[in-house]
Amino acid sequence: MPIPFDYETLRLVWWLLLGVLLIGFALTDGFDLGVAAVLPFVARTDEERRLVINSIGATWEGNQVWFILGGGAIFAAWPHVYAISFSGFYLAMFLVLMALILRPVGFKYRSKKADPKWRARWDWALFIGGFVPALVFGVAVGNVLEGVPFRLDDDLRATFEGSFFDLFTPFTLLAGLLSVAMLVLHGAGWLSLKIEHGPVLDRARRFGFLAGGLSILLFALGGVLVSILDMGVHVPPGIDPNGPSNPLHHPAVAAPGAWLENYARYPWMLIAPVLGFAGPVLAMLGIHRRWDVGVFLGSSLGVLGIISTVGLSMFPVILPSSIDAASSLTVWNASSSHMTLWVMLLATIIFLPLVLLYTAWVYRVLFGRVTTEDVRSSADYY
Amino acid sequence: MVDMAVVEMSRLQFALTALYHFLFVPLTLGLSFMLVIMESVYVMTGKAVWRDATRFWGKLFGINFVLGVATGITMEFQFGTNWAYYSHYVGDIFGAPLAIEGLMAFFLEATFVGLMFFGWDKLTRLGHLFVTFMVAIGSNFSALWILVANGWMQNPVGSRFNPETMRMEITSFMDVLMNPVAQAKFVHTVSAGYVTGAVFVLGVSSWYLLKGRFRPIARRSFVVAASFGLLSAFSVVVLGDESGYALTDNQKMKLASIEAMWETEPAPAGLTLFGIPDMEQQVTHFEIRVPAVLGLIATRSFTGEVTGIRELVDISKVRIQRGILAYDAVERLKLDRNDVAAREQFEQHRLDLGYGLLLKRFVADPRQATEADIEKAAWGTVPNVPVLFWLFRGMAGLGFFFIAFFGTAFLLASRRRFEARWFQKAAVATIPLPWIAIQCGWILAEYGRQPWSVEGALPTFLAPSSLTLTQIWITIAGFTIAYGILAVIMVRLMVQAIRHGPGQSVESGPAAGEPRARGGFVPLPAE
Repeated sequence: MPIPFDYETLRLVWWLLLGVLLIGFALTDGFDLGVAAVLPFVARTDEERRLVINSIGATWEGNQVWFILGGGAIFAAWPHVYAISFSGFYLAMFLVLMALILRPVGFKYRSKKADPKWRARWDWALFIGGFVPALVFGVAVGNVLEGVPFRLDDDLRATFEGSFFDLFTPFTLLAGLLSVAMLVLHGAGWLSLKIEHGPVLDRARRFGFLAGGLSILLFALGGVLVSILDMGVHVPPGIDPNGPSNPLHHPAVAAPGAWLENYARYPWMLIAPVLGFAGPVLAMLGIHRRWDVGVFLGSSLGVLGIISTVGLSMFPVILPSSIDAASSLTVWNASSSHMTLWVMLLATIIFLPLVLLYTAWVYRVLFGRVTTEDVRSSADYY
Repeated sequence: MVDMAVVEMSRLQFALTALYHFLFVPLTLGLSFMLVIMESVYVMTGKAVWRDATRFWGKLFGINFVLGVATGITMEFQFGTNWAYYSHYVGDIFGAPLAIEGLMAFFLEATFVGLMFFGWDKLTRLGHLFVTFMVAIGSNFSALWILVANGWMQNPVGSRFNPETMRMEITSFMDVLMNPVAQAKFVHTVSAGYVTGAVFVLGVSSWYLLKGRFRPIARRSFVVAASFGLLSAFSVVVLGDESGYALTDNQKMKLASIEAMWETEPAPAGLTLFGIPDMEQQVTHFEIRVPAVLGLIATRSFTGEVTGIRELVDISKVRIQRGILAYDAVERLKLDRNDVAAREQFEQHRLDLGYGLLLKRFVADPRQATEADIEKAAWGTVPNVPVLFWLFRGMAGLGFFFIAFFGTAFLLASRRRFEARWFQKAAVATIPLPWIAIQCGWILAEYGRQPWSVEGALPTFLAPSSLTLTQIWITIAGFTIAYGILAVIMVRLMVQAIRHGPGQSVESGPAAGEPRARGGFVPLPAE
């Protein structure tokens, strides 16, 4: 069967789909991470904690698949990016994996014993499972913006310079904190919709309000740093967007300030950073006015805006190298083959709508606020 | 040159995490379908005892399932973290089944599994059965795609090396999907999972019968497990993946090693039941052989020949020599993409490029290889014969044992003789055996593929990431400690849940036998 789209189009589509998957992950599993990160603080008694846990207990597992699928899709569509980012962030990835492993076990095993010490330990495990990934994902994004210290040889094998601790610079830590603030706000947005009104929700709102303010502040500060720090890679004109995926064939060049160029060229892209600010503002208004839907809507728009800002700023670069700009991975040199992109697009067109459909059905069945009464009476709850 | 310590440690970590992951997966595969069977009976008969049975086994399913999920996350990312060059070299083909697994299978099982536990009071009977069924097919689809990926590593069809991008690229997705090795492996692996689920249910039920507890549920579960197990045990042995071994040189090498067959013999070849293979002298001592059987199993014909190890090594030597020419062509194409002569040389020898790369273990530039290097590389394609020989016999022997075991259980069940204490004890003792067989099987498949990561295309020693030994030590230690702790916790909770038994759910749920067809969903009371 001939492939109906040219290579350039499919690469662009898969760049967009990469964004859809990452945003899908942050919108769904993001609130699970946020809820887990505030669990020990907004909920004090065992019953309160079970209230919070059960607000995500039935659905977090499906949400996490966005993360796993993100990994699989990057592997399939952007194998260079998968290989270099994951091995380059080796110990950071290990930290994330360890933290995420605690989650399924924490949810399932926590309430299997009545012992308060047992439960408290799992509550902290769930906290780590929420906070650490949220932080490290942000730090990783910060590092991507700053550039990753890798170099490709003529076999396209990547080698790295620098150590685990070099991942943490003031800028990347700021990105990590922004990620935590954004997801805590989103978690508070979810709790606003999903648990009964009462002291737990009041505390969650206070955390959400604080996180919303921090998001706005850190996002603004991040923008300032991007414009004054020495980062950015530029793809020189004249490259063939239909050429073979080999970074060495059409190398990028280092260009400080390149991350802001797109906004001058395509002003419509400014909608992303605007949303990144407007979302948290809306969420904070929602908290102030006790408009629960507004909180979740606002936090969702914030997530969408902030992540899109990163992607759009860098386009068409995906993973810049800080030590050898010519090795940088871009939309035009790091994708799978034409045919793989097409086959994967077909699979996505068939299965993603199905996924959305049955996910919606499951949320509909589970619709409504979790109450202390439910937690007390039902044997099925965690 | 390659740091072999990094290679060996990366392999160790992969082996540890993959084998550990596959302690939980088979029980998920098997139990999920047994839940579907039990719940179907409940929906059809309306008898509460079947509902209690489903909920009880569902609880044990859950304790096991979460560890499968937790350790599965590691698997999805490990190719990138530890096998970066592999990911670059074959990601164009290997990544697709992994991504489709997420889209088609993980979403299905993970989205519905929460509702399976939380939805008993929110769904109609039929609705809940549907949810349980989705979890079961989700898990099984996931096995399909992961074995399509693994099957491609054993038999890399539908792809070719592209010197422009320095990697393997897909030429036919249908060939990758319909890969006969993948198909055979899928059926074999899920059947092994069903056997595991059946042995587990039969063992636990027998323990209850032995103690005289929860008889109504134990007897019914015994019957389900005996029949489901008997079918699965036949399937796992008869549809074993030995048929795939005759396809390619490396698969042939695996077969010859499993059988410790040093020389090619006239068709049909005999099957070695017992023997002590000797790598040094390349002979097998104390052989006991059944004539003709191997030829029949492996080639499905009287005339097909099963090639011996020495002849396969000679073939490797020829392929290595051609591989050097392919390597030379690739190097020349790197310097000049439009070198027509080099392109032609590459096209002629591209299928042997991987064999040329084998030399990189001994010499930086394969074109400088001596006769001695080629000899070493060719003999390097022989896996560890005694290990494969015994692993196979362990696995296959257990396979035949399971047929006898479930056959006996089925006979006892059909005569309503649940009180045979000798069998109850045997059934409890049998619980660990399927796990042993399965781990043997995976080591056989993966260790038997060595020295290849992707057979004939990419040698294992070229596949890892550029990591330091310290980094890998940290993660191996971390995984070992974390996985060790989780294993202890999981086994304790499992034992606790089994001791506790199915009693509770009857009391906490609505009165037994009460029709639950409430229609549609009932929202939780708001505020």
